[in-house]
Amino acid sequence: MQQEAVLALLAKEPAYGYQLRARLQQALGPAGDTMNAGQIYVTLSRLEKAGQVTCEREAGLPDRPDRKVYALTAVGRQRVAAWLADVSWPGPGLAEYHLKLIAAAAARLADPVTIIDAQRRELLRQLRDVQRAAMAEADGSEAGVLLEGIALRLQADLAWLEACEQYWTHHKEDGS
Amino acid sequence: MNDMHGGTCVLRAQGLRKEYGKNGGLVRAVNGVDLEVMAGETVAVMGPSGCGKSTLLYLMGGLDRPTAGEIWLGGKRLDQLSERGLSRLRRDAVGFVFQAFHLMDELTAVENVELPALLAGRAPRAARKKAAELLDRVGLADRARFLPTALSGGQRQRVAVARALVADPQVVLADEPTGNLDSAATVEVLRLFDRLHTAGQTLVIVTHDPRVAATADRMISMRDGAFTDQTRLQGGTTGRLGNLAGLEG
Repeated sequence: MQQEAVLALLAKEPAYGYQLRARLQQALGPAGDTMNAGQIYVTLSRLEKAGQVTCEREAGLPDRPDRKVYALTAVGRQRVAAWLADVSWPGPGLAEYHLKLIAAAAARLADPVTIIDAQRRELLRQLRDVQRAAMAEADGSEAGVLLEGIALRLQADLAWLEACEQYWTHHKEDGS
Repeated sequence: MNDMHGGTCVLRAQGLRKEYGKNGGLVRAVNGVDLEVMAGETVAVMGPSGCGKSTLLYLMGGLDRPTAGEIWLGGKRLDQLSERGLSRLRRDAVGFVFQAFHLMDELTAVENVELPALLAGRAPRAARKKAAELLDRVGLADRARFLPTALSGGQRQRVAVARALVADPQVVLADEPTGNLDSAATVEVLRLFDRLHTAGQTLVIVTHDPRVAATADRMISMRDGAFTDQTRLQGGTTGRLGNLAGLEG
Protein backbone atom coordinates (compact mmCIF):
# COMPACT_ATOMS: atom_id res chain seq x y z
CA MET A 1 0.00 0.00 0.00
CA GLN A 2 1.15 3.52 -0.82
CA GLN A 3 2.76 4.80 2.38
CA GLU A 4 1.86 8.45 1.83
CA ALA A 5 -1.80 7.61 1.34
CA VAL A 6 -1.92 5.72 4.64
CA LEU A 7 -0.16 8.56 6.43
CA ALA A 8 -2.51 11.13 4.94
CA LEU A 9 -5.56 9.20 6.07
CA LEU A 10 -4.23 9.53 9.63
CA ALA A 11 -3.89 13.31 9.28
CA LYS A 12 -7.48 13.93 10.35
CA GLU A 13 -7.31 11.89 13.55
CA PRO A 14 -5.73 8.76 15.02
CA ALA A 15 -7.35 5.54 13.84
CA TYR A 16 -7.39 1.78 14.22
CA GLY A 17 -5.92 -0.28 11.45
CA TYR A 18 -9.28 -1.74 10.50
CA GLN A 19 -10.74 1.77 10.14
CA LEU A 20 -8.01 2.74 7.70
CA ARG A 21 -8.63 -0.42 5.77
CA ALA A 22 -12.36 0.29 5.56
CA ARG A 23 -11.68 3.87 4.42
CA LEU A 24 -9.38 2.64 1.67
CA GLN A 25 -11.92 0.08 0.54
CA GLN A 26 -14.60 2.75 0.36
CA ALA A 27 -12.33 5.12 -1.57
CA LEU A 28 -11.04 2.56 -4.05
CA GLY A 29 -14.12 0.38 -4.56
CA PRO A 30 -13.49 -2.59 -6.85
CA ALA A 31 -10.08 -1.14 -7.77
CA GLY A 32 -8.97 -1.97 -4.23
CA ASP A 33 -10.06 -5.61 -4.35
CA THR A 34 -6.50 -6.81 -4.80
CA MET A 35 -5.44 -5.33 -1.44
CA ASN A 36 -5.14 -8.15 1.04
CA ALA A 37 -6.21 -7.82 4.65
CA GLY A 38 -2.72 -7.72 6.09
CA GLN A 39 -1.24 -5.18 3.71
CA ILE A 40 -2.28 -2.14 5.69
CA TYR A 41 -0.65 -3.54 8.85
CA VAL A 42 2.60 -4.20 7.03
CA THR A 43 2.62 -0.59 5.82
CA LEU A 44 1.76 0.73 9.29
CA SER A 45 4.57 -1.19 10.96
CA ARG A 46 7.06 0.11 8.40
CA LEU A 47 5.87 3.64 9.03
CA GLU A 48 6.18 3.09 12.76
CA LYS A 49 9.80 1.91 12.36
CA ALA A 50 10.49 5.00 10.26
CA GLY A 51 9.17 7.20 13.08
CA GLN A 52 6.30 8.55 11.00
CA VAL A 53 3.46 7.04 13.04
CA THR A 54 3.12 6.05 16.66
CA CYS A 55 1.20 3.01 17.81
CA GLU A 56 -0.48 2.74 21.19
CA ARG A 57 -2.13 -0.33 22.56
CA GLU A 58 -5.58 0.34 23.86
CA ALA A 59 -6.77 -1.98 26.61
CA GLY A 60 -9.31 -4.40 25.12
CA LEU A 61 -12.73 -5.16 26.50
CA PRO A 62 -13.08 -8.59 28.20
CA ASP A 63 -14.50 -10.16 25.06
CA ARG A 64 -12.14 -8.38 22.60
CA PRO A 65 -8.41 -8.38 22.09
CA ASP A 66 -6.27 -5.28 22.53
CA ARG A 67 -6.43 -2.79 19.76
CA LYS A 68 -3.71 -0.60 18.33
CA VAL A 69 -4.38 3.07 17.71
CA TYR A 70 -2.16 4.68 15.09
CA ALA A 71 -1.32 8.40 15.04
CA LEU A 72 0.87 10.68 12.91
CA THR A 73 4.15 12.02 14.25
CA ALA A 74 5.53 15.44 13.26
CA VAL A 75 7.81 13.73 10.73
CA GLY A 76 4.82 11.86 9.27
CA ARG A 77 2.89 15.09 9.04
CA GLN A 78 5.74 16.72 7.11
CA ARG A 79 5.80 13.83 4.69
CA VAL A 80 2.06 14.23 4.09
CA ALA A 81 2.48 17.96 3.40
CA ALA A 82 5.27 17.28 0.90
CA TRP A 83 3.13 14.66 -0.81
CA LEU A 84 0.18 17.02 -1.16
CA ALA A 85 2.38 19.64 -2.81
CA ASP A 86 4.06 17.18 -5.19
CA VAL A 87 2.88 17.56 -8.80
CA SER A 88 5.26 15.13 -10.50
CA TRP A 89 3.53 13.21 -13.26
CA PRO A 90 3.16 10.47 -14.35
CA GLY A 91 2.95 9.49 -10.70
CA PRO A 92 2.72 5.99 -9.33
CA GLY A 93 -0.91 5.79 -10.37
CA LEU A 94 -4.40 7.19 -10.43
CA ALA A 95 -5.37 5.60 -7.11
CA GLU A 96 -2.60 7.47 -5.33
CA TYR A 97 -3.76 10.80 -6.69
CA HIS A 98 -7.36 9.96 -5.89
CA LEU A 99 -6.43 9.13 -2.29
CA LYS A 100 -4.44 12.33 -2.05
CA LEU A 101 -7.56 14.36 -2.79
CA ILE A 102 -9.67 12.29 -0.41
CA ALA A 103 -7.19 12.58 2.45
CA ALA A 104 -6.66 16.29 1.87
CA ALA A 105 -10.40 16.92 2.05
CA ALA A 106 -10.98 14.65 5.06
CA ALA A 107 -8.28 16.22 7.21
CA ARG A 108 -8.92 19.70 5.78
CA LEU A 109 -5.22 19.81 4.98
CA ALA A 110 -5.79 21.52 1.64
CA ASP A 111 -8.64 22.28 -0.74
CA PRO A 112 -8.71 19.42 -3.28
CA VAL A 113 -9.54 21.95 -6.01
CA THR A 114 -6.32 23.83 -5.23
CA ILE A 115 -4.36 20.59 -5.54
CA ILE A 116 -6.12 19.90 -8.86
CA ASP A 117 -5.32 23.41 -10.16
CA ALA A 118 -1.63 22.91 -9.38
CA GLN A 119 -1.65 19.54 -11.14
CA ARG A 120 -3.42 20.98 -14.18
CA ARG A 121 -0.79 23.70 -14.48
CA GLU A 122 1.93 21.07 -14.46
CA LEU A 123 0.20 18.87 -17.04
CA LEU A 124 -0.51 21.80 -19.37
CA ARG A 125 3.16 22.74 -19.24
CA GLN A 126 4.07 19.19 -20.17
CA LEU A 127 1.46 19.16 -22.94
CA ARG A 128 2.82 22.43 -24.26
CA ASP A 129 6.34 21.01 -24.46
CA VAL A 130 5.16 17.81 -26.11
CA GLN A 131 3.08 19.71 -28.67
CA ARG A 132 5.94 22.02 -29.52
CA ALA A 133 8.16 19.01 -30.02
CA ALA A 134 5.45 17.33 -32.14
CA MET A 135 4.91 20.43 -34.30
CA ALA A 136 8.66 20.61 -34.94
CA GLU A 137 8.70 17.06 -36.30
CA ALA A 138 8.37 16.56 -40.03
CA ASP A 139 5.10 14.98 -41.16
CA GLY A 140 5.29 11.21 -40.94
CA SER A 141 8.31 11.06 -38.63
CA GLU A 142 8.68 8.04 -36.35
CA ALA A 143 9.22 10.18 -33.27
CA GLY A 144 6.05 12.07 -34.10
CA VAL A 145 3.97 8.99 -33.38
CA LEU A 146 5.52 8.62 -29.94
CA LEU A 147 4.97 12.30 -29.17
CA GLU A 148 1.34 11.97 -30.23
CA GLY A 149 0.95 9.13 -27.74
CA ILE A 150 2.35 11.24 -24.92
CA ALA A 151 0.07 14.13 -25.87
CA LEU A 152 -2.99 11.87 -25.97
CA ARG A 153 -2.20 10.47 -22.53
CA LEU A 154 -1.79 13.94 -21.09
CA GLN A 155 -5.12 14.94 -22.61
CA ALA A 156 -6.79 11.96 -20.97
CA ASP A 157 -5.17 12.88 -17.64
CA LEU A 158 -6.37 16.46 -18.01
CA ALA A 159 -9.89 15.26 -18.78
CA TRP A 160 -9.81 13.16 -15.63
CA LEU A 161 -8.59 16.14 -13.60
CA GLU A 162 -11.63 18.01 -14.87
CA ALA A 163 -13.85 15.18 -13.61
CA CYS A 164 -12.03 15.30 -10.26
CA GLU A 165 -12.57 19.03 -10.08
CA GLN A 166 -16.27 18.68 -10.76
CA TYR A 167 -16.60 16.06 -8.06
CA TRP A 168 -14.64 18.00 -5.44
CA THR A 169 -16.34 21.28 -6.20
CA HIS A 170 -19.58 19.64 -5.08
CA HIS A 171 -18.18 17.44 -2.27
CA LYS A 172 -15.88 19.78 -0.41
CA GLU A 173 -17.53 18.97 2.89
CA ASP A 174 -17.31 15.20 2.43
CA GLY A 175 -14.44 12.82 2.46
CA SER A 176 -14.74 11.94 6.12
CA MET B 1 0.41 51.44 -20.71
CA ASN B 2 3.51 49.51 -19.80
CA ASP B 3 3.81 46.58 -17.47
CA MET B 4 6.83 45.86 -15.34
CA HIS B 5 8.49 43.85 -18.11
CA GLY B 6 8.28 46.79 -20.45
CA GLY B 7 5.65 45.25 -22.77
CA THR B 8 2.66 47.16 -24.06
CA CYS B 9 -0.79 46.28 -22.81
CA VAL B 10 -3.06 45.83 -25.85
CA LEU B 11 -6.25 44.75 -24.17
CA ARG B 12 -7.32 45.46 -20.62
CA ALA B 13 -10.48 44.62 -18.71
CA GLN B 14 -11.12 45.93 -15.25
CA GLY B 15 -13.89 44.94 -12.85
CA LEU B 16 -15.78 43.47 -15.78
CA ARG B 17 -19.29 42.18 -15.11
CA LYS B 18 -22.09 40.95 -17.33
CA GLU B 19 -25.46 40.06 -15.83
CA TYR B 20 -28.58 38.65 -17.45
CA GLY B 21 -32.10 38.58 -15.98
CA LYS B 22 -32.90 40.04 -12.61
CA ASN B 23 -33.82 39.27 -9.02
CA GLY B 24 -34.16 35.50 -8.50
CA GLY B 25 -33.27 34.80 -12.14
CA LEU B 26 -30.11 36.91 -12.11
CA VAL B 27 -27.22 35.22 -13.89
CA ARG B 28 -23.73 36.66 -13.48
CA ALA B 29 -22.12 35.35 -16.66
CA VAL B 30 -18.99 37.41 -16.00
CA ASN B 31 -18.48 38.32 -12.40
CA GLY B 32 -15.61 40.69 -11.69
CA VAL B 33 -12.86 39.93 -14.20
CA ASP B 34 -9.57 41.82 -14.44
CA LEU B 35 -7.31 40.99 -17.37
CA GLU B 36 -4.33 42.52 -19.13
CA VAL B 37 -3.14 41.11 -22.43
CA MET B 38 0.30 42.21 -23.57
CA ALA B 39 1.33 42.82 -27.17
CA GLY B 40 2.38 39.57 -28.82
CA GLU B 41 1.01 37.45 -26.03
CA THR B 42 -1.19 34.38 -26.51
CA VAL B 43 -3.63 33.98 -23.65
CA ALA B 44 -5.94 30.98 -23.28
CA VAL B 45 -9.03 31.16 -21.09
CA MET B 46 -10.08 27.65 -20.17
CA GLY B 47 -13.19 26.42 -18.48
CA PRO B 48 -16.24 24.20 -18.84
CA SER B 49 -19.16 25.28 -21.00
CA GLY B 50 -21.27 27.85 -19.23
CA CYS B 51 -18.39 29.31 -17.21
CA GLY B 52 -18.74 32.66 -19.00
CA LYS B 53 -15.63 32.49 -21.16
CA SER B 54 -17.42 33.17 -24.46
CA THR B 55 -19.35 36.07 -22.92
CA LEU B 56 -16.03 37.48 -21.73
CA LEU B 57 -14.61 37.24 -25.25
CA TYR B 58 -17.64 38.98 -26.75
CA LEU B 59 -17.35 41.79 -24.19
CA MET B 60 -13.67 42.27 -24.93
CA GLY B 61 -14.29 42.35 -28.67
CA GLY B 62 -17.16 44.82 -28.43
CA LEU B 63 -19.79 42.33 -29.62
CA ASP B 64 -21.65 42.77 -26.35
CA ARG B 65 -21.73 45.46 -23.68
CA PRO B 66 -20.79 44.91 -20.04
CA THR B 67 -23.11 45.56 -17.10
CA ALA B 68 -20.19 47.14 -15.26
CA GLY B 69 -16.46 47.59 -15.61
CA GLU B 70 -14.08 48.98 -18.19
CA ILE B 71 -12.53 47.58 -21.37
CA TRP B 72 -9.60 49.22 -23.05
CA LEU B 73 -8.31 48.18 -26.45
CA GLY B 74 -5.10 49.82 -27.65
CA GLY B 75 -5.60 52.73 -25.27
CA LYS B 76 -9.19 53.33 -26.31
CA ARG B 77 -12.05 52.77 -23.88
CA LEU B 78 -14.53 50.46 -25.54
CA ASP B 79 -17.44 50.17 -23.16
CA GLN B 80 -18.44 53.82 -23.57
CA LEU B 81 -18.32 53.97 -27.36
CA SER B 82 -21.45 54.61 -29.41
CA GLU B 83 -22.83 51.77 -31.55
CA ARG B 84 -21.13 53.33 -34.55
CA GLY B 85 -17.83 53.76 -32.79
CA LEU B 86 -18.02 50.21 -31.54
CA SER B 87 -18.70 48.71 -34.96
CA ARG B 88 -15.83 50.70 -36.45
CA LEU B 89 -13.54 49.43 -33.71
CA ARG B 90 -14.65 45.84 -34.29
CA ARG B 91 -13.92 46.23 -37.97
CA ASP B 92 -10.53 47.90 -37.62
CA ALA B 93 -8.98 46.58 -34.43
CA VAL B 94 -10.40 43.14 -33.66
CA GLY B 95 -10.31 39.86 -35.59
CA PHE B 96 -12.81 37.18 -34.60
CA VAL B 97 -12.55 33.43 -35.10
CA PHE B 98 -15.61 31.37 -34.22
CA GLN B 99 -16.18 27.70 -33.53
CA ALA B 100 -18.58 27.33 -36.48
CA PHE B 101 -16.30 29.31 -38.86
CA HIS B 102 -19.13 31.69 -39.94
CA LEU B 103 -18.00 31.80 -43.56
CA MET B 104 -20.39 32.90 -46.30
CA ASP B 105 -21.14 29.72 -48.23
CA GLU B 106 -21.90 31.51 -51.51
CA LEU B 107 -18.53 33.31 -51.55
CA THR B 108 -15.18 31.75 -52.44
CA ALA B 109 -12.38 31.55 -49.87
CA VAL B 110 -10.66 34.66 -51.17
CA GLU B 111 -13.96 36.57 -51.33
CA ASN B 112 -14.68 35.64 -47.72
CA VAL B 113 -11.27 36.90 -46.64
CA GLU B 114 -11.49 40.20 -48.55
CA LEU B 115 -15.05 40.99 -47.51
CA PRO B 116 -14.25 42.84 -44.26
CA ALA B 117 -11.63 44.92 -46.10
CA LEU B 118 -14.16 45.86 -48.78
CA LEU B 119 -16.72 46.78 -46.13
CA ALA B 120 -14.05 48.95 -44.50
CA GLY B 121 -13.73 50.86 -47.77
CA ARG B 122 -10.46 49.42 -49.07
CA ALA B 123 -10.01 49.53 -52.83
CA PRO B 124 -11.07 46.18 -54.37
CA ARG B 125 -7.68 45.57 -55.93
CA ALA B 126 -5.83 46.19 -52.64
CA ALA B 127 -8.35 44.08 -50.72
CA ARG B 128 -7.91 41.17 -53.12
CA LYS B 129 -4.13 41.41 -52.96
CA LYS B 130 -4.21 41.40 -49.16
CA ALA B 131 -6.66 38.48 -49.09
CA ALA B 132 -4.50 36.44 -51.46
CA GLU B 133 -1.42 37.10 -49.31
CA LEU B 134 -3.25 35.98 -46.21
CA LEU B 135 -4.52 32.79 -47.84
CA ASP B 136 -0.94 32.08 -48.83
CA ARG B 137 0.13 32.68 -45.25
CA VAL B 138 -2.38 30.13 -43.92
CA GLY B 139 -1.24 27.64 -46.56
CA LEU B 140 -4.34 27.84 -48.79
CA ALA B 141 -3.15 29.81 -51.80
CA ASP B 142 -4.25 26.94 -54.06
CA ARG B 143 -7.77 26.95 -52.56
CA ALA B 144 -8.50 30.66 -53.04
CA ARG B 145 -11.33 30.08 -55.53
CA PHE B 146 -12.95 27.19 -53.70
CA LEU B 147 -16.30 27.58 -52.00
CA PRO B 148 -16.23 26.80 -48.25
CA THR B 149 -18.33 23.67 -48.87
CA ALA B 150 -15.47 22.27 -50.97
CA LEU B 151 -13.00 22.71 -48.10
CA SER B 152 -12.29 20.51 -45.08
CA GLY B 153 -13.10 21.74 -41.57
CA GLY B 154 -9.50 22.62 -40.83
CA GLN B 155 -9.19 24.48 -44.14
CA ARG B 156 -12.39 26.43 -43.45
CA GLN B 157 -11.10 27.50 -40.07
CA ARG B 158 -7.83 28.60 -41.66
CA VAL B 159 -9.82 30.72 -44.12
CA ALA B 160 -11.65 32.20 -41.12
CA VAL B 161 -8.32 32.99 -39.46
CA ALA B 162 -7.12 34.69 -42.67
CA ARG B 163 -10.33 36.75 -42.68
CA ALA B 164 -9.74 37.71 -39.04
CA LEU B 165 -6.32 39.08 -40.02
CA VAL B 166 -7.35 41.12 -43.05
CA ALA B 167 -7.58 44.44 -41.20
CA ASP B 168 -4.28 43.86 -39.33
CA PRO B 169 -6.15 43.78 -36.02
CA GLN B 170 -4.55 44.65 -32.71
CA VAL B 171 -5.92 41.45 -31.28
CA VAL B 172 -7.43 38.21 -32.60
CA LEU B 173 -10.17 36.74 -30.39
CA ALA B 174 -10.98 33.06 -30.95
CA ASP B 175 -13.99 31.29 -29.48
CA GLU B 176 -13.47 27.48 -29.32
CA PRO B 177 -11.60 27.57 -32.65
CA THR B 178 -11.14 23.79 -32.70
CA GLY B 179 -14.54 22.89 -31.29
CA ASN B 180 -15.82 21.58 -34.62
CA LEU B 181 -12.59 19.98 -35.79
CA ASP B 182 -11.15 16.48 -35.66
CA SER B 183 -7.69 15.75 -34.31
CA ALA B 184 -5.69 16.29 -37.50
CA ALA B 185 -7.55 19.51 -38.35
CA THR B 186 -6.99 20.75 -34.80
CA VAL B 187 -3.24 20.35 -35.29
CA GLU B 188 -3.47 22.39 -38.55
CA VAL B 189 -5.11 25.25 -36.66
CA LEU B 190 -2.72 24.99 -33.69
CA ARG B 191 0.23 25.20 -36.09
CA LEU B 192 -1.30 28.29 -37.62
CA PHE B 193 -1.83 29.96 -34.24
CA ASP B 194 1.75 29.11 -33.36
CA ARG B 195 2.96 30.84 -36.53
CA LEU B 196 0.83 33.90 -35.78
CA HIS B 197 2.28 33.99 -32.28
CA THR B 198 5.82 33.83 -33.66
CA ALA B 199 4.94 36.69 -35.99
CA GLY B 200 3.93 38.80 -32.97
CA GLN B 201 0.14 38.65 -33.26
CA THR B 202 -1.72 39.15 -29.98
CA LEU B 203 -4.20 36.33 -29.43
CA VAL B 204 -6.90 35.54 -26.89
CA ILE B 205 -8.42 32.07 -27.21
CA VAL B 206 -11.25 30.69 -25.12
CA THR B 207 -11.45 26.93 -25.17
CA HIS B 208 -12.13 23.79 -23.23
CA ASP B 209 -9.58 21.86 -25.32
CA PRO B 210 -6.32 21.39 -23.38
CA ARG B 211 -4.36 21.11 -26.63
CA VAL B 212 -5.39 24.63 -27.54
CA ALA B 213 -4.72 25.97 -24.07
CA ALA B 214 -1.29 24.35 -24.11
CA THR B 215 -0.19 26.50 -27.06
CA ALA B 216 -0.60 29.68 -25.01
CA ASP B 217 1.98 31.68 -23.06
CA ARG B 218 -0.49 32.08 -20.25
CA MET B 219 -3.46 29.97 -19.22
CA ILE B 220 -6.35 31.26 -17.15
CA SER B 221 -8.98 28.97 -15.58
CA MET B 222 -12.47 30.37 -15.43
CA ARG B 223 -15.37 29.07 -13.30
CA ASP B 224 -18.77 30.61 -12.66
CA GLY B 225 -17.86 33.90 -14.30
CA ALA B 226 -14.59 34.49 -12.48
CA PHE B 227 -10.91 33.63 -12.87
CA THR B 228 -9.89 30.90 -10.44
CA ASP B 229 -6.36 30.11 -11.52
CA GLN B 230 -3.73 31.53 -13.79
CA THR B 231 -0.31 30.39 -14.87
CA ARG B 232 2.53 30.94 -17.35
CA LEU B 233 3.10 27.83 -19.40
CA GLN B 234 6.38 28.38 -21.16
CA GLY B 235 9.59 26.82 -19.99
CA GLY B 236 8.01 24.18 -17.80
CA THR B 237 9.41 20.79 -18.54
CA THR B 238 11.94 21.05 -21.33
CA GLY B 239 14.24 18.07 -21.36
CA ARG B 240 11.78 15.78 -19.59
CA LEU B 241 10.12 14.32 -22.66
CA GLY B 242 12.02 11.10 -22.06
CA ASN B 243 10.48 10.86 -18.64
CA LEU B 244 7.02 11.38 -20.09
CA ALA B 245 7.68 8.69 -22.65
CA GLY B 246 8.57 6.23 -19.90
CA LEU B 247 12.32 6.13 -20.48
CA GLU B 248 13.42 7.30 -17.03
CA GLY B 249 12.32 7.49 -13.45
